[in-house]
Amino acid sequence: MSGTVPAGQQAASVRGLTRKFGDRVVLESLDLDIKPGEFVAMIGRSGSGKSTLLRSLAGLDREYSGSLSTSPPVAVAFQDPRLVPWKRVQANVALGLRSATAVADAGSVLEEVGLAERASAWPLTLSGGEAQRASLARALVRSPSLLLLDEPFSSLDALTRMSMHRLVLRLWERHRPAVLLVTHDVDEALTLADRVIVLGSARIAFSAQITARRPRDRNDQELSALRLRLLAELGVVAGPE
Amino acid sequence: MASQLLNETGRATTASRTASAGAGARRTRRPWPPAGGWLRLASPVALVALWQLLSSAGALPASKLVSPAVIARTAYDLVVTTSPTYGTLQSSLLTSAERWGIGFCLGVAIAVVLAVITGLSRVGELVLDPVVQALRSVPLLGMLPLFIVWFGIGELPKDIIVLLGALFPMYVSTFAGIRGVDPRLGELGRVLGLSRRELLVHIVLPGALPSAFAGLRLSVVSSLLALVVGEQINANAGLGFMITTAQEFLQNNIIMVCLIVYAILGLLADWLVRALERRTLAWRQEFTS
Repeated sequence: MSGTVPAGQQAASVRGLTRKFGDRVVLESLDLDIKPGEFVAMIGRSGSGKSTLLRSLAGLDREYSGSLSTSPPVAVAFQDPRLVPWKRVQANVALGLRSATAVADAGSVLEEVGLAERASAWPLTLSGGEAQRASLARALVRSPSLLLLDEPFSSLDALTRMSMHRLVLRLWERHRPAVLLVTHDVDEALTLADRVIVLGSARIAFSAQITARRPRDRNDQELSALRLRLLAELGVVAGPE
Repeated sequence: MASQLLNETGRATTASRTASAGAGARRTRRPWPPAGGWLRLASPVALVALWQLLSSAGALPASKLVSPAVIARTAYDLVVTTSPTYGTLQSSLLTSAERWGIGFCLGVAIAVVLAVITGLSRVGELVLDPVVQALRSVPLLGMLPLFIVWFGIGELPKDIIVLLGALFPMYVSTFAGIRGVDPRLGELGRVLGLSRRELLVHIVLPGALPSAFAGLRLSVVSSLLALVVGEQINANAGLGFMITTAQEFLQNNIIMVCLIVYAILGLLADWLVRALERRTLAWRQEFTS
């Protein structure tokens, strides 16, 4: 990692982070910097500690050793949309906002994610994609410097996932938060991120910048080469059968 | 870009079409069985008709079970005339309703406060819960003689017995409701930076409501039971008093009237709670219907 930008100016800065569950070391002296506005995708097999790292950055897990700093505000969109079922969509988005314009802000973010006409719906009546968009709106309305996305698209169907990718890129380009996207989908990482890191054996096993312009062509040479490399890093046999 | 737009709007229309198709299906598929309303009265009415038929035919002797017609006549007489022994039915009802109202409201309020304390704090649970659980398993009937010693024979022991009848089911359900709130929503609250008070108001208490309502309905029934028991001892007014006195004079018809009034009270209270539940839990209703 570059290490040229002082830690205080990074959107997130992790130094020597170690996290154990009992005897099992999930993360071991891990270093990671995320620059302001940078879109980082983190991939790894299940159990590789991706979610643990994200939970530490979100402040949900403090049982680690090492140092960690994030520049507030930090917002999270979880794998499950986690909407509060007894609050209508707009109230869900505005939950925890303290400004006088909270409700109006929530309304305009809902418009941005294309959910304006569902603003007064109960969360249990939303489709999976709609719920995930509401969850994204709830994270965005906080104007985060760091946006943590914990596999937010993994339970969506392929078509919905593709339109969510476009939505996330559009929103990221407009608001420019630093993003850490945890995913197990190599193509998702290649479509979205400035940098892909692979988590393996409790540390960062591989890291690569992606320079291809967005919107990206799946068959771009750079991406194709990187895809093979990533699959190899993940231990997936990528040869012909 | 154009295809992207098309794709997104395409998805949107599909979604709205399925939604309206769902609504249409609900409208046309309504008929059977219809939800609640007056039709809930059908089976009780049929039962009463059968009962009257058997009484008129002589299959049910009046000495064991008086006919609905006689009960109706008795009720009418008790309402329009003031009997020297019983007063009027409506004044008895009022006396009973007052006892029940006081006891029920206090019981439910105390139960909620206790459940919030034990539900939210481990220390509170450690200190209070064993006491409540122990008291809960003591039969109310068995406590009555002690209540008379402690609280005399006035209104107080009757109110307290109703209070206890309402308290325990409400406490148990509300406690379970609070503990049952999805911990992932608690995590969400932390991520959104909610204060302890906001967490309570927006997440914990609304989350406990469905279970608390189930408890409320149980409380209605058990507090009415407690009322009957409490009123049969040392009362000089109220429905329970009427039953005890009628028993001495072998007036089965009056006992039946009182029992029916109790049943109607219970039904009314249950209906009220359900109406309240429907309004408060609208977020769930729309989903389940």
